Amino acid sequence: MAARRLSTEDPAWAKALIITLVLMFLGLVLVLPLAAVFAEALRKGLQPALDAIASPDAIAAVKLTLLTAAITVPFNVVFGLCAAWAVAKHEFPGKSLLITLIDLPFSVSPVVAGLIYVLVFGLQGWFGDHLIDNGVRVIFAVPGIVLATIFVTFPFIARELIPLMQEQGTSEEEAAVSMGASGLYTFWRVTTPNVRWGLLYGVLLCNARAMGEFGAVSVVSGHIRGLTNTMPLHVEILYNEYDFVGAFAVAALLCLLAIVTLVLKTALEVAQPGSSRRGH
Amino acid sequence: MTADAAANRRGSVARRPLFRRRSAIPGFTLTMGVTLTVLSLIVLIPLSAVALKASELSAEQFAAAAFSERALAAYRLTFGAALVAAAINGVFGVLTAWALVRYDFPGKTLVNALVDLPFALPTAVAGIALATLYSPNGWIGAYLTPLGIKAAYNPIGVTIALIFIGLPFVVRTIEPVLRDLSDDVEEAAASLGAGRLSTIARIVLPALGPSWLTGFALAFARGIGEYGSVIFIAGNMPYKSEIAPLLIIIQLEQFEYANAAAIALVMLGVSFLMLLVINAVQAWARRFS
Repeated sequence: MAARRLSTEDPAWAKALIITLVLMFLGLVLVLPLAAVFAEALRKGLQPALDAIASPDAIAAVKLTLLTAAITVPFNVVFGLCAAWAVAKHEFPGKSLLITLIDLPFSVSPVVAGLIYVLVFGLQGWFGDHLIDNGVRVIFAVPGIVLATIFVTFPFIARELIPLMQEQGTSEEEAAVSMGASGLYTFWRVTTPNVRWGLLYGVLLCNARAMGEFGAVSVVSGHIRGLTNTMPLHVEILYNEYDFVGAFAVAALLCLLAIVTLVLKTALEVAQPGSSRRGH
Repeated sequence: MTADAAANRRGSVARRPLFRRRSAIPGFTLTMGVTLTVLSLIVLIPLSAVALKASELSAEQFAAAAFSERALAAYRLTFGAALVAAAINGVFGVLTAWALVRYDFPGKTLVNALVDLPFALPTAVAGIALATLYSPNGWIGAYLTPLGIKAAYNPIGVTIALIFIGLPFVVRTIEPVLRDLSDDVEEAAASLGAGRLSTIARIVLPALGPSWLTGFALAFARGIGEYGSVIFIAGNMPYKSEIAPLLIIIQLEQFEYANAAAIALVMLGVSFLMLLVINAVQAWARRFS
């Protein structure tokens, strides 16, 4: 930051006061909950916490969470790249409406996000009878969990890529195409290298949300232990059974995920200052 | 080139004559097709199910489901707590953004990373952590109980959870605007004899106004839909500490799908209203930039 002149400098006492206030507020609102999770998980020592994480139900929950993220993130990467390519590299009427619609899942309550799939695929839903006749379960099963997770993470990668690709304009691609490069070649060799940091940033946030989603998944999962329980749902069940050490041990795992996400995100922002525009 | 750059900065691409709409870059049909198909299948068609399901109800039934005493109490709590939380975040969010942009202090990188914690931490984890902290024998609750303050399992608890969830929205919306705000205006005000406080009150804060409003609206919008972090600390007492998203789940558990859809429709309506407000504020802000 450039040296500022005295006239725009805040007095030292104001500076100290604001920094103190901010640190106290963030400590109270953000640090204490994080510390509480680890403290509660280790309340009876390390071994009970490790046992809780190693229990078959917890391991099944970890696996389901990883599976959900492994489907959701690539799906959203493909969608995000398609949407960004169409929106940023071409002109068409209704563009801003399309961007608003892609952003829509951000303003929908997670519970409503779960509800819509129950309405479509549930017993009383549009396809309910048809699915039962064919022995396909969507609601209270893994496909429903994946669908709901895709819905809540839908905008993450697209909204990271669209402004980035718009900023970069179309001249490089036009040059490549006019020199005879194919569309796919142009995409891989010209566009992708330019947006890889933004893409990584979007993947990071999308993954964190996909692994941590609770409300939407809770509506469609049916909470069947060992089968349709993701990690956040497992935390809820253990907590409601007063197995606090178990609940907080699994929660601590999720905290580690959040911390890793934040560290990588910070590293990305240091590597690529432009990517710090926002986060969701 | 300059015109193009200027147009890009405004967020739109320079207007081209109609005949040039066909771009030299291939792949439009394919990518647009994928985008519209996926958007329709994942988002638009399922969302329309809410309206269709709710339309199975007669007007009286709809009102009985969506505007019952219990539902009204839930809306009051949800909107009220989200409003208070957004206001508190409005104050501390500005201070946090100010400290992050204008000051250097030890641990700034850590603080900056920490602000995004609510984005990265699963909401259920935040929920059980906050419930444990503020319960009468928790780290914080233990100090509040002697003062006669009950901060968990009531509307205060709901507000605390929504403060946690909403904070980064305010900070991250204000921060880039504050960073782009040039020193020149402040210097000009100061050199014309304005004190530091009146420079901030008359020059800086008005410039931050639109982004502050946007951040406030984003935090509020997120707050009214929030579920995971709230239910553990809310207490979930009908008429007292029951949030609107929970009502949807209760209706679903009783297989009253149409009633659930009716409440969801009200919440979607409010969400879209917030979306319109946010877009309007941003359009308004662009007129001044």
